[in-house]
Amino acid sequence: MTSEASAGVTGRRIRSGVSHILLILVAIAFLGPLVYAVSTSLKPADEVFTPAPHLFGSEIRWQNYADAFTFAPFGRYFLNSLFVAIAGTLVVVVASSMSAYAFARLRFRGREQLFVLFLGTLMVPQEVLIVPMYWLMQSLGWVDSYWALILPWAFTAFGTFLLRQFFLTVPAELEEAARVDGCGPFRSFLRIMLPLARPAIAVLTVFTFISFWGSFLWPLIIVNSVETKGTVPLGLAQFSGQQGTQWNLMMAASIMAMIPTVLLVILLQKHLVRGLLVTGLGGR
Amino acid sequence: MVTNTTTVAPPSAPPGSVRAGRRPALRRDGRYAGVFLAPSLIGLALFTLFPTLMALGISLFDWPVFGERAFLGLDNYSHLLHDPVFRRVVLNTVLFVVLYVPLNLVISLGLALWIGPKTKGRQLFRVLFFIPVMTPMVANAMVWRLLFQPGGLIDSGLQTWFGIDAPNFLGSSTWAMPAIVTMSIWQGFGYNFLVFSAAIDQVPQSQLESAQIDGAGVLQRFRYVIWPMITPSIFFATTLTLITSFQVFAQPFILTQGGPGVSTQTIVMYVYNQGWQFLTMGLASAAGWVLFVIIMGITAMQFVGQRKWVNYDV
Repeated sequence: MTSEASAGVTGRRIRSGVSHILLILVAIAFLGPLVYAVSTSLKPADEVFTPAPHLFGSEIRWQNYADAFTFAPFGRYFLNSLFVAIAGTLVVVVASSMSAYAFARLRFRGREQLFVLFLGTLMVPQEVLIVPMYWLMQSLGWVDSYWALILPWAFTAFGTFLLRQFFLTVPAELEEAARVDGCGPFRSFLRIMLPLARPAIAVLTVFTFISFWGSFLWPLIIVNSVETKGTVPLGLAQFSGQQGTQWNLMMAASIMAMIPTVLLVILLQKHLVRGLLVTGLGGR
Repeated sequence: MVTNTTTVAPPSAPPGSVRAGRRPALRRDGRYAGVFLAPSLIGLALFTLFPTLMALGISLFDWPVFGERAFLGLDNYSHLLHDPVFRRVVLNTVLFVVLYVPLNLVISLGLALWIGPKTKGRQLFRVLFFIPVMTPMVANAMVWRLLFQPGGLIDSGLQTWFGIDAPNFLGSSTWAMPAIVTMSIWQGFGYNFLVFSAAIDQVPQSQLESAQIDGAGVLQRFRYVIWPMITPSIFFATTLTLITSFQVFAQPFILTQGGPGVSTQTIVMYVYNQGWQFLTMGLASAAGWVLFVIIMGITAMQFVGQRKWVNYDV
């Protein structure tokens, strides 16, 4: 009897062991493209295409990463992307935390209807907006400017929705006590709600930053002087067209574009689920 | 000015006068709400509501980027209807959606079930699969463009290990779309994987175990215990994936530039080309609206259909 039971246990162990090995193989296959990109980014130019696949070239050329910066103004692209993403994220976080507070905590006429209208704006895809947005930028004289890269997509109902959900979970007594002590909505917002909402705000910040960092279609449309106003994705796309494709340098640049986002994902790994809604449709 | 009187009302109304005390508070809240809502309201009105309507307006005009505009009525729309390129582009987009959405859902759900709450290193898989979701799409697509090149990893791997001559994936009208779908699934399934994985976390282990004791096999446990509890997530993931896949742009733009010919050009690429290559904004706007209507229609159908299979009361 005991041997039968232990046979069952061993059977299960073997099965879960096999399953785990298969999973690791899946993970390796999944990582394959990224490993190949890193490997190519470290090869000399004439060893990118070889008859048989090789993980390493004849030398490990770290120099490719430096060369990518001289081949195209990648330093500039990184600074531009960083500036645009930080400024845009700041606007998103300020505007959406304020409106989220109003929807969660203040009583006013038409609140529910207005909130539905807010959510309704999420239905409109970016592709519908780009033509009139371009015309609007022309009218404002903002074509080829940082303003145009930052402001048009910095007002989205996602942040409002996310933070409202969080504010609603804060016990009302906390604020009521403060209000009785003569604390107005502004102080209660700044001193009580915002500090409590730090985890939610962190999620919103990171996901918004990442969506600005990766956005491609709008910069492609609105930036004319790529050399000075270009962002990283734009630089990458441009880079590929120049004088044949320098694949090793291109992979070096792609890896560098990925690194900040990979670090943020690892940093925020416990909170990824909460950010799902922000990424889901927010990929602008 | 007129509402000033409300602000001088005593901060704490005497007990019993709840009604009288509430009203001024409500009105006071209303004024604060205006301040708190102002940035978002102005931003959304200027950058979303107004452009949405404006898009409809522009689509009714011959609207070159520079030069004279002329009212056309619905001519842009009828032009789209008769433009063989636009028809092809819609077909391509639908083909992408039909291949991408089911594959994405099956793979992400399958893996989420496989990598269950008891799997060691589960968090690692979640993070790993989520990485390409977050890295810039252009960078991801660049990596895959190299993979698919003649002499790239896939080609040289097939030759070396299997002795097969690979086609020029991105240059072939047969293979280009499957290549784009493959790349997109690699990039995007981590999102739905995380959605499903989080939903499966909510299924009580005790119920799964008692079902197992009652003799329910793997498939039965999935069908009768797990499935009813995760239908809201399936609905969410399906709807979102459908919406975003109709908007596919960067992958074909980087991988194939819509080619060969127009065999992988999508609706959004068409909008971009009309607007910023041919500078015909009216036509671009009309194409954008067609996409919007398709997306709204699909979403509406999803919401109507959900009553039959989505289970919210668990």
